[in-house]
Amino acid sequence: MIQAQLSRSVVRWCEGATGVTRAAKLSGGASQETWRFDIMHPDGPIGAILRRSPKGYGAAPTRAAGLAAEAQLMQLAYEAGVPSPRVMHVLVPEDDLGTGFIMQRVEGETIARKILRDEDYAAARPHLARQLGGILAGLHGLPQDRLPELRYMTATKEISEFERDYRSLNWPKPVFELALRWLRDHDPGPAAETTLVHGDFRNGNLIIGADGVRAVLDWELAHLGDPMEDLGWVCVNSWRFGEIDKPVGGFGSREELFAGYEAAGRRVEPARVKFWEVMGTLRWGIMCGGMMQRFREGPDHSMERAMIGRRASETEIDLLRLLAPRGS
Amino acid sequence: MQDEPTPIELTKSVADFLRNDITPLISGHQAFKLRVAINILDLVTRQLTQEEGSDAREVERLRALLGIDGSVMELNRALAERIAKGEVDLATPGLAEHLWATTMDKLAVDQPSYASYKRELSRGG
Repeated sequence: MIQAQLSRSVVRWCEGATGVTRAAKLSGGASQETWRFDIMHPDGPIGAILRRSPKGYGAAPTRAAGLAAEAQLMQLAYEAGVPSPRVMHVLVPEDDLGTGFIMQRVEGETIARKILRDEDYAAARPHLARQLGGILAGLHGLPQDRLPELRYMTATKEISEFERDYRSLNWPKPVFELALRWLRDHDPGPAAETTLVHGDFRNGNLIIGADGVRAVLDWELAHLGDPMEDLGWVCVNSWRFGEIDKPVGGFGSREELFAGYEAAGRRVEPARVKFWEVMGTLRWGIMCGGMMQRFREGPDHSMERAMIGRRASETEIDLLRLLAPRGS
Repeated sequence: MQDEPTPIELTKSVADFLRNDITPLISGHQAFKLRVAINILDLVTRQLTQEEGSDAREVERLRALLGIDGSVMELNRALAERIAKGEVDLATPGLAEHLWATTMDKLAVDQPSYASYKRELSRGG
């Protein structure tokens, strides 16, 4: 059982640890296996999280940075003061737990709808858009000579990948065609400055407490590229969870996000951010199509997957609102 | 010709049974799955109810826009191709209106509670 394997592992690298207890698989995070458990220690239990690669699943493998890179990035972020869990251990073969890592558990909420509606976060909410700007500036400023090996992405490459993914679905979507065309026509070219890009920085991948953002999660899509990509992605309507007039994750305005980013010493290019918001909206729409494919072809024949396939149309209306808004 | 009740009535009866009689008995992850199942049946019911009319209107618009005839799938493929080639774009009279009407009809089946949809609906569909 995983509890026995974890116990054998922690006593090797966590001084004083006597074993683990309360191991439980967490739901959510469809592309990675995540477990929570407590390390038993004479000074009191230490909350921990195991992230390991599942068997037979995984996000589009060509896009994933890999768990080793993810661990390295989180540790680097933690050291630089970007809210992030502390990485405690990178799995080795003797652990017999697969590949992945163990990190300290950060208490707080990740479920976007709760963060947007529960009283517990009411005081934090008005500050989150600006805080996210500051966090992104810190993340984009991480020292490049210490980054793990990551793929380098440009808008041009990304558009081609989306087009390929969309065509493989073989189901005509004129709105997606329009978006692809718009993206090609508005491709801003490579960024003046290439930085680390988180790649999935959004409401839902953040641990939030009453005091604000406590940790940035899900680094698996990290890459090198245009820093404005992260600012655009966090504004995609799909991550506003109904709060559609607050573009930044349903928390606040673009102006607040930009102000937080610039206060931390980095410059925003709003036209690029808008470009990446369109790109991000299409990206989620195509990912919905990918979920449908997985449902149909078998690896995950669940009702949930099937229904996500029917959410592509949400991105179609959002693309139209961006590209062909109707008179107000 | 098949007999009654119609597929719409049959599907709706299952959804109502699950919603009213089974939901109170189930909790935890199974309750979540049950909600998804009910959502699926509701979606199917909406599609069975609305698809014929919305497809007919869509075909009508596509024929006018493209000047050709065909099934709703064939016409959508043709439109997709023309947009990809740049032969049709937002400056083409009728394209934006067509895409809006079609997308609103899709949302009415897929996610009628989606906030963007409700906002656009309040503008007059």
